[in-house]
Amino acid sequence: MIRAFSLPRRMARVLMLATLALPLGACDAIVLNPAGDVARQQANLVIASTLLMLLIIIPVMLLTVFFAWKYRASNQEARYEPDWDHSTQLELVIWAAPLLIIICLGALTWVTTHLLDPYRPITQLEKGRPVSAEVAPLEVNVVALDWKWLFIYPEQGIATVNELVVPKDRPINFRITSSSVMNSFYVPALAGQVYAMPGMETKLHGVLNRTGEFTGFSANYSGAGFSSMRFAFRGVTDADFGQWVKQVKAGKDGSLDRSVYQELVKPSEKEAVRHYASVDGALFNAIVDMCVQPGKMCMSQIMAIDAQGGLGLAGVYNVAMLNHDKYGTGDSFRPSDNDRSVDAAYVRALCADLKPGQVLPASVYAPRSLAPLVGAGLRNPLDKGTPAISQSAPPLSPVS
Amino acid sequence: MTSEPQAWSPIFGRLSLESLPLHEPIVVATFCAVVLGGIGLVGALTYFRLWGYLWKEWFTTVDHKKIGIMYMILGLIMFVRGFADAIMMRLQQVMAFNGSEGYLNAHHYDQVFTAHGVIMIFFVAMPFVTGLMNYIVPLQIGARDVSFPFLNNFSFWMTTSGAVLVMVSLFIGEFAQTGWLAYPPLSGLTHSPGVGVDYYIWALQIAGVGTTLSGINLIVTIVKMRAPGMTMMKMPVFTWTSLCTNVLIVASFPVLTAVLALLSLDRYVGTNFFTNDFGGSPMMYVNLIWIWGHPEVYILILPLFGVFSEITSTFSGKRLFGYTSMVYATVCITVLSYLVWLHHFFTMGSGASVNSFFGITTMIISIPTGAKLFNWLFTMYRGRIRYELPMMWTVAFMLTFVVGGMTGVMLAVPPADFVLHNSLFLIAHFHNVIIGGVVFGVFAAINYWWPKAFGYKLNVFWGKVSFWFWVVGFWFAFMPLYVLGFMGVTRRMRVFDDPSLQILFGIAAFGAVLIACGIAAMFVQFGVSIMNRDKLRDETGDPWNGRTLEWATSSPPPDYNFAFTPVVHGLDAWEEMKRRDVPRPTSGFRAIHMPSSTWAGIVIAGIATVCGFALIWHIWWLAALSFLGVIGTSIVHTFNYKRDFHIPVEEVVATEAERTRQLEAAGGAA
Repeated sequence: MIRAFSLPRRMARVLMLATLALPLGACDAIVLNPAGDVARQQANLVIASTLLMLLIIIPVMLLTVFFAWKYRASNQEARYEPDWDHSTQLELVIWAAPLLIIICLGALTWVTTHLLDPYRPITQLEKGRPVSAEVAPLEVNVVALDWKWLFIYPEQGIATVNELVVPKDRPINFRITSSSVMNSFYVPALAGQVYAMPGMETKLHGVLNRTGEFTGFSANYSGAGFSSMRFAFRGVTDADFGQWVKQVKAGKDGSLDRSVYQELVKPSEKEAVRHYASVDGALFNAIVDMCVQPGKMCMSQIMAIDAQGGLGLAGVYNVAMLNHDKYGTGDSFRPSDNDRSVDAAYVRALCADLKPGQVLPASVYAPRSLAPLVGAGLRNPLDKGTPAISQSAPPLSPVS
Repeated sequence: MTSEPQAWSPIFGRLSLESLPLHEPIVVATFCAVVLGGIGLVGALTYFRLWGYLWKEWFTTVDHKKIGIMYMILGLIMFVRGFADAIMMRLQQVMAFNGSEGYLNAHHYDQVFTAHGVIMIFFVAMPFVTGLMNYIVPLQIGARDVSFPFLNNFSFWMTTSGAVLVMVSLFIGEFAQTGWLAYPPLSGLTHSPGVGVDYYIWALQIAGVGTTLSGINLIVTIVKMRAPGMTMMKMPVFTWTSLCTNVLIVASFPVLTAVLALLSLDRYVGTNFFTNDFGGSPMMYVNLIWIWGHPEVYILILPLFGVFSEITSTFSGKRLFGYTSMVYATVCITVLSYLVWLHHFFTMGSGASVNSFFGITTMIISIPTGAKLFNWLFTMYRGRIRYELPMMWTVAFMLTFVVGGMTGVMLAVPPADFVLHNSLFLIAHFHNVIIGGVVFGVFAAINYWWPKAFGYKLNVFWGKVSFWFWVVGFWFAFMPLYVLGFMGVTRRMRVFDDPSLQILFGIAAFGAVLIACGIAAMFVQFGVSIMNRDKLRDETGDPWNGRTLEWATSSPPPDYNFAFTPVVHGLDAWEEMKRRDVPRPTSGFRAIHMPSSTWAGIVIAGIATVCGFALIWHIWWLAALSFLGVIGTSIVHTFNYKRDFHIPVEEVVATEAERTRQLEAAGGAA
């Protein structure tokens, strides 16, 4: 994708690995040697930007040592000009040299930030291998819980805890949220991280190029159980993936519905892998909308009411319905706990035929264009020649 | 995540015997050591009858020099605490492999890393830079004190009050377990129901009052109190960087105050600014705290850039190369530091264009920073460099800081940040710039200005021991973290399951031990120098052949700094005076108008500490009472009309005659 950098890039990697050989010799530097195309490009960028900067850092360090040695007080032969304090040419150089490097790095940054935007659908499996039209991306919904990971495969209708299995060479579309506090969803082998935040949805796109066992984890501290908030990430072949899905569907942990989820969401550490044979299709949206508990009004609904001007004083009664976890009542709140407000609630759900948490028609949401680019010279991945991206799931705007 | 209501009594609030961490042997042992040490200290002070002296000469002083020294002492004490936290983390991380849980449980460990960050930034680095600015700036601009001497004393004690609250949290209750910026929702009431986050909030709020007021004070001092002839473009570089730093403080600390106030409203009165529900937005907190937080790192580093400029020029025996571009670079950095905050959370789902914008603005900052580095380099060029300790620290800084700068620019490239954000690579990066820049700079400054403050140089041998332990220790402690970052190891981890990482944590722990030796050597250096002060004595007041006005007066300077306000004709005013042989005035002295010491600063700050403690523990009656106490005492203080006095002319004449004798004894240089 970054064709202009391909040749120096190879040299760069050799150089970089050479310089890092000593400390990294015995180590598995997964960040620099990942298994997915996105992470690979990100690693290349780390190397390219390092080399660009070494262009100026190395001379500066050498000059420092050289001047420090040459102009030591005991060296009376060196020239001494105590009043020399200005040189226009030299000042031009010392402002221009970093400027030039930053212009190059800035251009590289602009291009790669757009090309490697986590929200941008995958357009190539690897360098020189565009995504073919018949490959549909794998949809995975990720929920960071205290302190474990829930993965929902909406198309397969299954869910797992602390285990993420994906077929290799197939783009993966992640939708990411969190149940309580901020976490960061990070699989170094696959792609860079994106935060998982409660009441908000973030996206990440990635593709894995080889099979193997890897690790994913939360990269943002989230409380006492944070250290063990890790999951197995396995890349398998297509056939093995089908096999694995079957195995999960025959799994022992039953179905993941709202009540099971409300048990699961309670804080716990070092959870064993769980396989849910089926999953409530509206669960993920309800988690993002913060209305898994029965009877609780969804954020999108209250926002829709507010957008219409609110309900005035009557709206006050709806407030109690919103209490998700503010006072640690998230798990214990039941409509019957607080009869007055529930009875008095004017609106439980926006429309009669819509249950809380159910996906709203796309028109209710601010439509998010999937066309990500932006800037001259960059091809829109939705243009002809690249496969259409599935737009079946109405994209939720991140609610912030 | 405890949802059971906490016990509360109207008299003691949430405070009870259970608030004492008696179940933590490490804390109990520390507590015993602190109590014994404290009793020893109090006993010694009483035995030597030093309480009156301390109260009169130090606690109530409004002399900027003494306040500066007290800031440095505060910084050193808190530095030991913050470093103890660092050693505990290194030990935990090197132990917790192969199924071992290490020796710290999550509750303790999470407090340790939070306290380490908070202490090192707010109560070590900030007192150090404020102390340096306080001591040096008035001397450099030829002033007798800062513009608002009482405010200066008050600011110091408010900063100390915050530090006291953080220290109290070690023994009564707990500190926050949230990381040093306390992101909600984790720092919200649901997920942190205890007193930890409240300690965090009130310690920073009270210290923040001090920092903001001291910023205002120093801006006014620099703008209004410069010696005649010292135009803006003739100010020493350190004064310039101090001015920019204080502008940053005044413009950014109110944001911190506001965001913490909103967080405390969420926690105390049930508002929903940053909650998950009711339309709260945790991301708003993240934005606001970094709008303060990014300028904060320049608040820390800019004054040290000034220090390095002064030192390089002095020890190269040469005018600073490119003074004008140095000043513009500083101003550029000041402005740009407000345009980069989002680079701390590229990974929160901003669009590619937003991320690119903030990535590129971040890189742009490296241009003026790079220009500064070149300016130091070309100041050394064709100089006569004397390798005294301050210059050694400066060269170490130049070689270390560029590496930190480079890794910083790498993190500024958003796609690269996606793989390095929150990793140990990031930890290595910011320790690389903060230790390599701020800490090395503070040590350079201490070695450079110690003779000015106390009249004798610091011991060179122990200084070199400390220097080499520090520099080598730094590389050992943080290079492994860069490597660990590439291995996908994230920050704030307590236990590990990959045994291959252990060796790298071992190397890092070894580095931390070397640094500990460096710190010990530094204290030995202070001790040895104090004991040998007569041998190390400098009578001239100008031991390094300095160039700026602080070297024109005696060491330590008299209370009034300068008997006559110096007149400035160019940059490097003192160097010019020496070159032109401007005679030192020895007659025509007059009585000097000076501000009086006052009890109000320490008393008000003391009551504010009580108020903070009461708010933390929900002891409402005490909070109300002490808040009224703060207001009432402030009003009482306004009726204090004995605010100034005159140093009688006889005393000035005697002091200056003594100085003349000193100079003659030292060789007669005027």
